[in-house]
Amino acid sequence: MTEFLQHLVNGVSLGTIYALIALGYTMVYGVLKLINFAHGDVYMAAAYAGFYIATALDVRTHPTVGKAVAVFVGSMVFAGALGWAIERFAYRPLRNRPRLATLITAIGVSFLLEYGFQLPSLQSQGRTFEEMLRGWGWTVPGWLDAAVGFLPASFPPGPTPRFFPEPFVRVDWTVLGGVHVSNYDVVSFLVAVAFMLGLQWIIYRTRFGMAMRAVSFDSKVAGLMGIPVNRVISTTFILGSVLAAVAALLVAGSRPRIDPIMGLMPGLKAFVAAVFGGIGNVPGAMLGGIVLGLAEEMVAGYALSSFRDGIAFAILILMLLVRPEGLLGRVTVEKV
Amino acid sequence: MGRARLVLRPAAPFLVSLPLLWLLQGALPQYYSFVFVNIAVNVILAVSLNVVNGFTGQFSIGHAAFMAVGAYTAALVTTGMQDLQIAGLPLTASDAVVFFLAIMAGMAAASLAGLLVGIPSLRLRGDYLAIVTLGFGEIIRVIIENTKVLGQATGISGLPPYTNVVWAGVGVVATVVMARRLLLSTQGRALLAIREDEVAAEAMGVDTVGWKVRAFVISAAFAGLAGVLLVHKIQLVTPRMFTFVKSMEVVVMVVLGGMGSITGSIVAATLLTVALESLQAADQYRMVIFSLLLIVLMLTRPSGLFGTREIWDAVPRWMRRRSDGGTP
Repeated sequence: MTEFLQHLVNGVSLGTIYALIALGYTMVYGVLKLINFAHGDVYMAAAYAGFYIATALDVRTHPTVGKAVAVFVGSMVFAGALGWAIERFAYRPLRNRPRLATLITAIGVSFLLEYGFQLPSLQSQGRTFEEMLRGWGWTVPGWLDAAVGFLPASFPPGPTPRFFPEPFVRVDWTVLGGVHVSNYDVVSFLVAVAFMLGLQWIIYRTRFGMAMRAVSFDSKVAGLMGIPVNRVISTTFILGSVLAAVAALLVAGSRPRIDPIMGLMPGLKAFVAAVFGGIGNVPGAMLGGIVLGLAEEMVAGYALSSFRDGIAFAILILMLLVRPEGLLGRVTVEKV
Repeated sequence: MGRARLVLRPAAPFLVSLPLLWLLQGALPQYYSFVFVNIAVNVILAVSLNVVNGFTGQFSIGHAAFMAVGAYTAALVTTGMQDLQIAGLPLTASDAVVFFLAIMAGMAAASLAGLLVGIPSLRLRGDYLAIVTLGFGEIIRVIIENTKVLGQATGISGLPPYTNVVWAGVGVVATVVMARRLLLSTQGRALLAIREDEVAAEAMGVDTVGWKVRAFVISAAFAGLAGVLLVHKIQLVTPRMFTFVKSMEVVVMVVLGGMGSITGSIVAATLLTVALESLQAADQYRMVIFSLLLIVLMLTRPSGLFGTREIWDAVPRWMRRRSDGGTP
């Protein structure tokens, strides 16, 4: 029983993370009918943004609540800007092309972020370039040498994982005779729920939310009714990316290892969660995230832990066979 | 005349290429024959992926997974039958029979996997296929790394070096003939109709799901062939050889060559393979360059180098022998 409760706690804490990421997929799919493959990598980039801000603020040696909030906000702002830029420069020029073109671009952006972050830092790339020039028998001009010195020495971070500093001291509680719950679990659960409620409020209680639902229903007609479709789509990307940043920081707080491909698996699994709940459906994404987190924990706990990564896709294929519109999704008929 | 022609036409490419490949086999030094097999494998991959991504207008990004299925199946066959010599046959002929059986087994297994993946995902709209094939690649890796018979993460080593220039060349010819004849057939027209407008195709009585699944299965089978050829050249098969990176390479080849153009795929696959081979030092930039290439291509020239045209479309019409030279 204790074991089951422990898996339940772990599953819910993992599930809220998936839910936060899945919301980004589902909202973007709702307004653009596009699977934003780069979403998982926005999550990764946000984790790195948080890491750099935390390093600059020296959180590792002097953690305070104020700094933790600063890291949070800074990373959210960065992720929002990244999401906006991806939409503006990679997806918007292709808005009226066949959907396949945007999908391919999305995959391109995703791989660019993943592998771009794995390159050696700009400074060491510059040094390599200088070495190459010298190897060809050229003299390196002084201004170039000086310019290389100004390049960032730790960006891109390279493939080796970094360790996120702890924003506050970890406290473990044992409740119900043996179930371990840490203050990280509690805080991240509360933060995730707060953000999801906030999103729910934005979508169903504000003018912007109404515009977003209208665009998602029929973007052409929404445009005719005077809704600024482009602005709604941009804002949707920003919202989704901010939620991904929240997820990234909550994960980085409790599992501090971050690396450039950390977004790949959570991104794919969150997409599965979105499909499970019915893609385009906001409550469905939250439900799907929790279900997927629980399923993964249970499989890892009771069956084989090495099949952990496979279960999500087994669920996806099963779901597509049985109920392709998702748990809460509505059946849509393609009209000509 | 008519009957002889019917038999000769599909066989002619093989009859012409076989002696040439024999000569090439003798002429190429070790390293170049390795490069040749590499190019051949990538051409097979690109042309077969083009059947799904180009002709049918779907988007699969898990081609490497089908390669893996084919490669592992064939590896089990050849390692199992390595010491076996079929009675009454010289050693080389016996090896050839074994390798042929292995290729057939690999292609069959890969097409079965294609059927399994294709049926659930192709009933739905295009973008699901992308994510399911992506996921399938992961599942295959997880399964391989957890199966004792398949050597888990270390893979199977010591495969017999059956692949040579002739086998690889015949593989390429077979793939290209398959794609070309498929494109010009009734079935090919059904695929093109699905690419152009799925709803309209369905209204015209095209069994869209059925044809999509068939195209996907054919494509998977030839990916399996590429996998078999590759692993019997480098004599080793590990799960690391069939990652996303490999799938992405193939996607870039198809997109660069032009989705729907067979010769475009061939040219792009050859160019990219040679470029990668000579850029070994810049290995870490490989994926960055690929992804940038994808984005820039999509933003500036989404039809790739060739679009849906073929090389021979550049030949003026009056120089062509008959009118069947162009793509429909």
